[in-house]
Amino acid sequence: MRVIVVGAGIVGAAVARELAGAGVAVTVLDRAASAGGTSAAGEGNLLVSDKGPGDELVLAQRSLTLWEAMKDEVKGFPSIEYEAKGGLVVATTEAGAAGLRSFASRQRGAGVIAEEVDPHELEPELTRDYTAAVHYPQDAQVQPAIATEALLAEARRRGAVVRQGVEVLSSLLSGDRLAGVRTTAGDLHADHVVVAAGPWSGEVAARLGVALPVRPRRGTILVTTRMPQRIRHKVYDADYVGAVGSSDAALQTSSVVESTASGTVLIGSSRERRGFDGRIEARVLSALAAKAMVLFPFLADVAVMRAYGGFRPYVPDHLPVIGADPRLPGLWHATGHEGAGIVLSAATAELLADLLLGRETKVAASPFSVERPTLASHLLSSV
Amino acid sequence: MTEVLIIGAGPAGLAAATAARRSGARVVVLDAAEDVGGQYWRHLPAQRPAAREQVLHHGWSRFTALRRELTGVEIVTGAQVWLAERHDDRPPTVHVLVGPADGRDREQRTFEPDALVLATGAYERTLPFPGWDLPGVFTAGAAQALAKAERVAVGRRVLVAGAGPFLLPVASSLIRTGARVVRVLEAGGWGRLGRAWTARPTELLGASHKAGELAGYVRDLARHRIPYRVATGVIAVHGRDRVEEVTVARLDAQWAPVPGTSQRVAVDAVCVSHGFLPRAELAVAAGCVTGPEGAVAVDGDCRTSVPGVFAAGEITGIGGADLALAEGTLAGTAAAGAAPTQAQRRAVLTHQRFAARLSDGHGIRPGWTGWVADDTLICRCEEVTAGELRDIATATGSRGLRSLKLSTRAGLGVCQGRVCGRSVEELLDRTTGGLLDPGRTAARPLAGLVRLGELARMQGDTE
Repeated sequence: MRVIVVGAGIVGAAVARELAGAGVAVTVLDRAASAGGTSAAGEGNLLVSDKGPGDELVLAQRSLTLWEAMKDEVKGFPSIEYEAKGGLVVATTEAGAAGLRSFASRQRGAGVIAEEVDPHELEPELTRDYTAAVHYPQDAQVQPAIATEALLAEARRRGAVVRQGVEVLSSLLSGDRLAGVRTTAGDLHADHVVVAAGPWSGEVAARLGVALPVRPRRGTILVTTRMPQRIRHKVYDADYVGAVGSSDAALQTSSVVESTASGTVLIGSSRERRGFDGRIEARVLSALAAKAMVLFPFLADVAVMRAYGGFRPYVPDHLPVIGADPRLPGLWHATGHEGAGIVLSAATAELLADLLLGRETKVAASPFSVERPTLASHLLSSV
Repeated sequence: MTEVLIIGAGPAGLAAATAARRSGARVVVLDAAEDVGGQYWRHLPAQRPAAREQVLHHGWSRFTALRRELTGVEIVTGAQVWLAERHDDRPPTVHVLVGPADGRDREQRTFEPDALVLATGAYERTLPFPGWDLPGVFTAGAAQALAKAERVAVGRRVLVAGAGPFLLPVASSLIRTGARVVRVLEAGGWGRLGRAWTARPTELLGASHKAGELAGYVRDLARHRIPYRVATGVIAVHGRDRVEEVTVARLDAQWAPVPGTSQRVAVDAVCVSHGFLPRAELAVAAGCVTGPEGAVAVDGDCRTSVPGVFAAGEITGIGGADLALAEGTLAGTAAAGAAPTQAQRRAVLTHQRFAARLSDGHGIRPGWTGWVADDTLICRCEEVTAGELRDIATATGSRGLRSLKLSTRAGLGVCQGRVCGRSVEELLDRTTGGLLDPGRTAARPLAGLVRLGELARMQGDTE
């Protein structure tokens, strides 16, 4: 069986690795270089803390188990910097505290470890002005670009071919079935084509003849100069959960602050829908800085040396699209993970491979189907 | 009245400021340094002036004349431009912090100019070699700055090496501040230098005082019996705690060291410069199109691809102070909405031909990677060696600079690739068989360090 995976980001890499491991002849295509889009523009979050009970949480929980097993898979490679550092969610208002406690309680019912704690035992430099703090020991982190390259390297070791700088132009059809893709490097035939192009998936799907409502949702991150470690967990304010689940197109910021293995501190995160507009704006940087200083006042004197932005693949109902597309036999999707693609890539790849190879799935597949009712109205737009 | 904002107060920026003022514009000039003049006219601070500053400077009278003409121009020194916010259809919004870089109360200023002239100059480029991180190794620019602004020589027995005519004034400054210059080494060979400097001599008319300037430096070397060697370079530096010896070798036409020609020379300091790179991050952030060497693309009147944004001086291509002055005049005139004269345009063309010869004669050749060892540091901030770059690029198979920067950490340190970026790109380009996203090391959305507290304070102003 031959499968083409479009996109050499973390989801495409994980899918290629999984399929190649099952003996499928996999070719990964990317119009640019590997790990050059969304996968290189985030913090590398492996989070359960920001997910309420539901299908995405199930996928994330399965993914954490898979990541734990994958973290040392590739030898002779730079470390993917896997760190099970745990998350600490902090509320700074009374309303925020009530919301956080009730959210954590529902999460506990779904199997998430979420303990209300005295945050200063975990983060001595945290603000004294907090109203509640919940510790999530299952939260972890990887360096996302290296993790993507590691998955691609493992895919290659299992026989996959990775072709960078090859762009998909249109579909090759055999009757009403997709039989491959026309690319800038010629026609490539395959039994199945998997679209894993992150925020560009809508465009790729359109070139192949179907509408897919994946849109970019902009994010910006600040990076400080190196310093001795003063922040030990992934620390974020309780507003973050609300921002992640929001469908508002306007700018939203909430604090996510953490140290990296190299000694820098990453400060996120903003969310804004405005197309593929990559401008770095002072108002966004300023809002990020102000929110981060609410959590860690000492940051006021810390210098920022870099700011970068990226695009999350946003789907209107906030769930990834994973599985076959019944409108065009041979076409599959593995996309729309918004800000959770790094963690969800693992279980996404497993689920897609199980579906494609006719195996029993480990998690329910129907919530992620392109045919789910919540997406129906978004599929009507003509291509 | 048209408001013209000029970033950079070196030759290009000052020429632009006076030209724009003459054309009737309201003019503001920003510069990060404590005084105007740029790197080229760097001088002793006003509190302790030199009696005869002109001794270390060419065109000093031109500088003092320009400075006198700045009446009516608002000069903001100590101004760190940290963000140019792109608008595409008009000049960017320019965000500035004014005050000492380590001060806690820098003033925040924001400009929305009708026209913007970018005259941000160049970064010095030094190619890596074994031992280049030892104390006693200086960039030629740093040595020159110490000589000009502090009257201090970097060592007693100094070797000057690299490429380009800039090595000559550096050697002269070292002599005048009391160092013994043991040798000056130019990587370019006579063949290339000769072709560059003697072909079509009529083209050099108008730039002929350049030849006189260079001849003066050469006389300096001769008077002090300092050997000037071409097709030769420093390929390693040795010493326990600081520089004690250097290895010099002949270089072939591609700058690869010629086997069997290396020789050790005892020195206590080395000054090395292999050329300059356009300091173009603000132009990139503003949305200006750049060319393959990272220079900002401009038309005959110094217009960039963004309406209302002009560029002058080294950021449009390395060409020296005369070209910078000519381009600055053109850019300042055009930015003020006036029409430049044909004579002003011709002056730029003349000096551009001169600049092309610089690049032909002294431009960096790919053979330099031949003197880099596996354990040679390439990125000094993050301590990444050439061997690590190659091994990680091979292991990942990525052809993306973005991914490779993240997996190797090269260029991610506090200098943000200003020192090593281009060298990292050239080494990776070779290892990967061609990067798919070259030029990325020139993009730095934040043009300077900003404290989080300063960023947060903007909130009131912006929302």
